[in-house]
Amino acid sequence: MSSILMPVLEMAAPTLEWRALAPVLLVFAAACVGILLEAVLPRAYRFLGQMTLVFATALVSIGFLVINWRGQYGGRLAMGSIMLDGPTYFMWASLLVFGTLAFMVFSERQLNGGATTFAASAASVPGSLDEADATAARYEHTEVFPLGLFALGGMMVFLASSDLIVMFVALEVFSLPLYLLSGMARRRRLLSQEAALKYFLLGAFSSGFFLFGIAMLYVFSGSLDLAAIHTAIEGNAGSNGLVMIGLAFIAIGLLFKVGVVPFHSWTPDVYMGAPTPVTGFMAIATKLAAVGATMRVFYVALDGERWSWQPLFAVLAVLTMVVGIIGALTQSDIKRLLAYSSIAHAGFILVALVGATQTVAAGEGTSASAIMFYLAAYGFATIGAFALVTMVRNAAGEENNIDGWSGVAAKNPWVAGLMSLFMLSFAGIPLTGGFIGKWAVFTAAWRGGYGWLVIVAVLASLVAVYFYLRLIVVMFGRKEAKGVYVGNASAWTWIPVVVGAVATVWMGLVPDQVMQLATFAGGFLR
Amino acid sequence: MTFPWLTFLGLLPLVGGVLLFLPMGRGAARTLGLVFSGVTLAVAIAVTALHVGGADLAVQVPWIRAFGAWWALDVDGMGLAMVLMTAVLTPIVLLAEWEPPAMRWSAQAFFALVLILEGLSLFVFMANDVLLFYLFFEATLIPTYFLIVGFGGVRRSYAAVKFLLFSLAGGLIMLASVVGVYVVGAAQGVPSYLVSDLAAVRFDGDLGRWLMLGFLIAFVVKAPMVPLHTWLPDAAEHSTPGTATLLVGVLDKIGTFGMIKLCLGLFPEASLWITPFMVWFAVISIIWGALGAIGSRNLMRLVAYTSVSHFGFMVLGIYAFTTASMTGSIFYMLNHGFSTAAMFLVVGFMAKRTGSYDIAAYGGVQKVAPVLAGVLLVSGLATLSLPGLAPFVSEFMVIAGTWTRYPVVTAVSIIGVVLAAVYILRMYQRTMTGPVTDETAARFTGRDLTGIEKAVMVPIIGVLLVLGFYPQPAVQLVEPTAKATLAYVGTTDPAPVVKGAK
Repeated sequence: MSSILMPVLEMAAPTLEWRALAPVLLVFAAACVGILLEAVLPRAYRFLGQMTLVFATALVSIGFLVINWRGQYGGRLAMGSIMLDGPTYFMWASLLVFGTLAFMVFSERQLNGGATTFAASAASVPGSLDEADATAARYEHTEVFPLGLFALGGMMVFLASSDLIVMFVALEVFSLPLYLLSGMARRRRLLSQEAALKYFLLGAFSSGFFLFGIAMLYVFSGSLDLAAIHTAIEGNAGSNGLVMIGLAFIAIGLLFKVGVVPFHSWTPDVYMGAPTPVTGFMAIATKLAAVGATMRVFYVALDGERWSWQPLFAVLAVLTMVVGIIGALTQSDIKRLLAYSSIAHAGFILVALVGATQTVAAGEGTSASAIMFYLAAYGFATIGAFALVTMVRNAAGEENNIDGWSGVAAKNPWVAGLMSLFMLSFAGIPLTGGFIGKWAVFTAAWRGGYGWLVIVAVLASLVAVYFYLRLIVVMFGRKEAKGVYVGNASAWTWIPVVVGAVATVWMGLVPDQVMQLATFAGGFLR
Repeated sequence: MTFPWLTFLGLLPLVGGVLLFLPMGRGAARTLGLVFSGVTLAVAIAVTALHVGGADLAVQVPWIRAFGAWWALDVDGMGLAMVLMTAVLTPIVLLAEWEPPAMRWSAQAFFALVLILEGLSLFVFMANDVLLFYLFFEATLIPTYFLIVGFGGVRRSYAAVKFLLFSLAGGLIMLASVVGVYVVGAAQGVPSYLVSDLAAVRFDGDLGRWLMLGFLIAFVVKAPMVPLHTWLPDAAEHSTPGTATLLVGVLDKIGTFGMIKLCLGLFPEASLWITPFMVWFAVISIIWGALGAIGSRNLMRLVAYTSVSHFGFMVLGIYAFTTASMTGSIFYMLNHGFSTAAMFLVVGFMAKRTGSYDIAAYGGVQKVAPVLAGVLLVSGLATLSLPGLAPFVSEFMVIAGTWTRYPVVTAVSIIGVVLAAVYILRMYQRTMTGPVTDETAARFTGRDLTGIEKAVMVPIIGVLLVLGFYPQPAVQLVEPTAKATLAYVGTTDPAPVVKGAK
């Protein structure tokens, strides 16, 4: 009897380094508690309860992170599935900060007449009586907060995993809530649902590629561990066909999430369809996590195949910059404009990733540190810009048409001025964090031997300036559009905007602290 | 640690500009702006006195350690000349624009933007670190853009965007070179952006030439040289006279300033290589600018084109590589600031009375407004380099210095001097002399220059006269820069050749 129940394999109880993993474990725990709150709390208290939970968790997580970072905890954790190294710390901190700021925008209710930007009942058919009833009863989806936390936790694990299967699971953990959140817009619900479906189908497809790539690398190396794959590639004297296939498929999966051409086509539709606060969250958090994971896979596991993937990525970088910028030039919707701008930024990041400067004297900038600084600068501007997008409104909701933004400066100089600041940061104009970031990634790329790519990137950013400028010209140089007003937002929207603006200027004027932090985060550990 | 005078000097107007964005009364805002620019001028004079007294004013603090960038400020003769010019012109401009044209934007915003622009420009002229220079170089574009778009004429938006795109195009090309300079330096064991550190790096061969070109293109756009000058007439025409003064008088000097400090200072070999092209481009600018001025029907465009021509002389003097020509060029940078300011501001006073910048809108003004006509004449004569006024000295030094190396080029450039007389005197003749038109009689009778307007013009014309008759102090101030640059590039003055003096 007992022999039948005896497990075939010895199952050891997993050991977890609780303290070192606390930031990510807390986020997951809070997400689970959040789901319970949905069941337990009466409707009137849910919103408040969820918000308290989210922001308390974020603060405690950040606190743990800071203490652990100062205490230099790190190394391979959770039985070799998580690598807690310098880049992980830096990007976890960025993710937690950006996540918190984005969830603040989720909480805005004053702009929209007492309701959030999320649908009253996402399950109701758009235009149906159900929907009308739900709206009239002032239902709201407080599940967005646990969903957001699940996504955030998934992203944190994604960029830290040193094991491909863990990475794949994390990819799904953060993707599924995002698919859901994308489809929950209160206005233009069909567009939102279309975006969610498109994102889901393409995302599922890319996950398939990613998984297939993992299989190929496993077949080649006999391991899912990044370091073991590296060793296998170093020691390989024979054919590397399997590595090539695996490399290509894994790249497809990762670069889809980064939004690199030719895997970018979901970006404009999803950015436009998703509720604006969710777009802001995705625009920075997904990109950050995906870039982090890409760097980890390609610098740690596939470093030995550098000569194979560098030229490939260089071509993709050029394509991404060109397509992103040309696409942005022709947009008339501000969220699509920002979507194409995010594609172009993915291109700039790829420029540094290709350069792959890793071996320089101590205290000098590497590709990884430049990219992390870039993402931090880009993130603050992105969060701020999308929060501002929610403020410019017309009778039906947000005014996303760029023509509608005409003369916003006359209506509210603060909104126009801050939006201009974020646009200047995107464009990489000095005195903003965007400039320092751009210059750092270009320097890293050139030091890595890709001077020509820097020249292309500089020319690309020249064209890019034009469409960022166009929005400034529209806001300051044109007559006021009729029927458009600047909404009276609460602190939930203004805090992210102000934090974003202060951080953008701070990182542009005295970038040294953040840059030192990124630099001393060092390289990825194997 | 000694008091960081230079940081203080640059921050002062910036703080003033930011303060002015706070809500306050109209009168209080303007007075506060004027006070800040006045104190800045006082500090600039104090800094000059300290420099002449031999004090070491350099500031050097780590700024971005990971990439070897420093908060490094220092002044040499040329930098100080530019700092002084900026500090003097700013209060003058503020006074001249005491009543900016009634637009949506307030006078307070104008004062704030001008002060911010002043602070950023001062930092450009003081920066001793390539990245810091670039940072402020680009940052000056933002207040300038808003000065044009907020207060300019009918097509201000078009002009502002054109200005910004031209400047950014140059600036971003320069960014590639800024990155390249660091990479080459780091490869030679000098991972630093300090100008003094980079002077030890050898930027040889093709790479050095490309890097130099990156810098040079930005500066050629800035110090508008044909064919990259087309943004300037538009920007000047569609902005207020005060903005145009700062744009042409101060900001465009960054172009020639950068050529001397960075192109020659970092890339001596590549600069010698480009010299034949630059000399001829300069001559083309001189003549093209003069022809453009002759063809202008709009007074602001006319003044802008004269500047294109004058910048040609400055560039010619720089790339002639003689002590006299380069000293003359730097001195010209100073003088041109004042002569252009005089022209733009007088033209502004005229337009304030008629609402038009068209030459055809005027006629016979001198009979009804003699003081205004006199001031315009003196400003015009300064622009055409009449002896006794400061630009003559510098133009003569450039021409005399260039002659010793490039006689043919110099001979061709002399045409520009002749054309200068044509465009200034024709303009004066058509606006000021002749029968008094009805329009003029209605607009100008009893409305000669006011007290404030005289207070604006007196210091400018004073500077032009003093430097015209006694240029020695200014020349002595800037000559060390020219000599040091030439010594670094490694050229010597050609020996004087006097035929028949065997």
